[in-house]
Amino acid sequence: MKFKSLIGAIAVSAVALASGSALAGAIEDIKAAGVLKVGVKADYKPYGYRDPSGSIVGIEPDLAKDVADKLGVKVEYVPVVSSNRMQFLEQGKIDLMIATMTDNEERRKVVNIVDPNYYSSGTNVLAPKKAELKEWTDLEGKPVCGIQGAFYNKKTGQEFGAEIVAFKGTAEAYAALKQGSCVAFVYDDSAIVAKTNDPEFSDFEMPLKTIDDAPWGLAVKLGEDDFKAFMSDMIKEWHKSGRILELETKWGVENTPFAKAMNEKYQ
Amino acid sequence: MEAFFEWFRVLYDTTGINLPFLYDSYDRGRMLDGFLTTVQLSVICLFFSVIIGIIGAWLQGSAFTWTRRIVNGYIQLFRNTPPLVQLYFFYFAIGTLLPKVETDWGGQAPMLGSFAWAVISLSFFAGAFNVEIFRSGIEAVPKSTVEAAEALGFTRLQIYMDITLPLAFRVCLPALNNNLVNLVKTTTLAYAIAVPEMLYEANQIWSDNVNVTEMMIFLLIAYFVLVGILVWAMNSWERKLKIPGYG
Repeated sequence: MKFKSLIGAIAVSAVALASGSALAGAIEDIKAAGVLKVGVKADYKPYGYRDPSGSIVGIEPDLAKDVADKLGVKVEYVPVVSSNRMQFLEQGKIDLMIATMTDNEERRKVVNIVDPNYYSSGTNVLAPKKAELKEWTDLEGKPVCGIQGAFYNKKTGQEFGAEIVAFKGTAEAYAALKQGSCVAFVYDDSAIVAKTNDPEFSDFEMPLKTIDDAPWGLAVKLGEDDFKAFMSDMIKEWHKSGRILELETKWGVENTPFAKAMNEKYQ
Repeated sequence: MEAFFEWFRVLYDTTGINLPFLYDSYDRGRMLDGFLTTVQLSVICLFFSVIIGIIGAWLQGSAFTWTRRIVNGYIQLFRNTPPLVQLYFFYFAIGTLLPKVETDWGGQAPMLGSFAWAVISLSFFAGAFNVEIFRSGIEAVPKSTVEAAEALGFTRLQIYMDITLPLAFRVCLPALNNNLVNLVKTTTLAYAIAVPEMLYEANQIWSDNVNVTEMMIFLLIAYFVLVGILVWAMNSWERKLKIPGYG
């Protein structure tokens, strides 16, 4: 009996999936499902991380919640990492990706990055104070921790001669940095600033000049242009109402010049 | 040569098949380093795992109860835990407990790096299986052969090295092949602790160029060829070792 109803459920959902994606647009699909699946980071404090109870919180989950509220559906956070976030979107495991992704041309070929950009950050390193780093070129020939899938690994290796030691997630990279396996950790400046406030990392600093200040893009699947237009309005609204600035303050980040500039631009 | 590599850039522009590890000199360097690291890691681990297997199987036949117990404990521990967990355990748990050494960039680093830990962990992991494989071979050697050797005045070590092992080796070669093939494939796990082997470098390249499909196909072929070479070598060795009328 149970087995039969299970088969029935699978058949029905398979038919629903097939017809749903073929006929209706992305927004209708999400409304029909009653849930918006958003890919967010779960290891990137304070933009997306797990609180002590295990649920995913942060600036980007809050933004995702805004979108779900506007659509009148529930939100489901799917934790993603840099090396799989675009594939998750391509394969339809998530409807929307807000996962600290830097906007660039190569990525625009694979996913539908929504304009305008919702945030921005640059590249810097977290290093022990006693390493006394001053210039990017000080990294030459030294092991530098990184995250697999970050675009600045190549640049740090190619232009500054660092030996990149890239890990799967930030927890491993921070652990390797602490145990001294690398001289610094190359990462987004926004996350590093938050980390230097962590008492466990009081001996660490962000010693270099931020480079590559680049905008972040949230993305939907290629071809979903109605959803893209919807998200575009959503981002403009966030900038106009000062929602981004408000969330920065809520999560303990100093207001970034990018967020301030966008807020003024859309007044 | 450069013209040959440039052709792949043209291929990308015209067909969208993106193979940056051929036309981009930086990516080419990384991919080659990754390939060499994989070969190096595989060869070192193959060597140590076989040595561990031979010594372990000999110790298993020891007259001392405790020696046998320790060898069995080692086998159980390494055979019954996932290799990825072992790698993490060695690198992050044991690695931090080791004395630190001064590095040439003025910092304090753990004594052993990720490559060393990968060698240790993977050798012991495959070694545990090898002990059992060699034991199966040893047990297949007829008791009367060993007794004949004893009657001729061979010591225990002599019997093992000159009589039992050469015969056992021929019996267990197919099983050993299997395990060594598995070991080469397991080296890909080392990328979790940032050993720059082939999968790790491919991951870096597909992250930068968003050409996951091409890199996956390349990786599959690369490992197929690599393991194919090992299997071919082991098979021809097996044929060379063949004794007429035995096994």
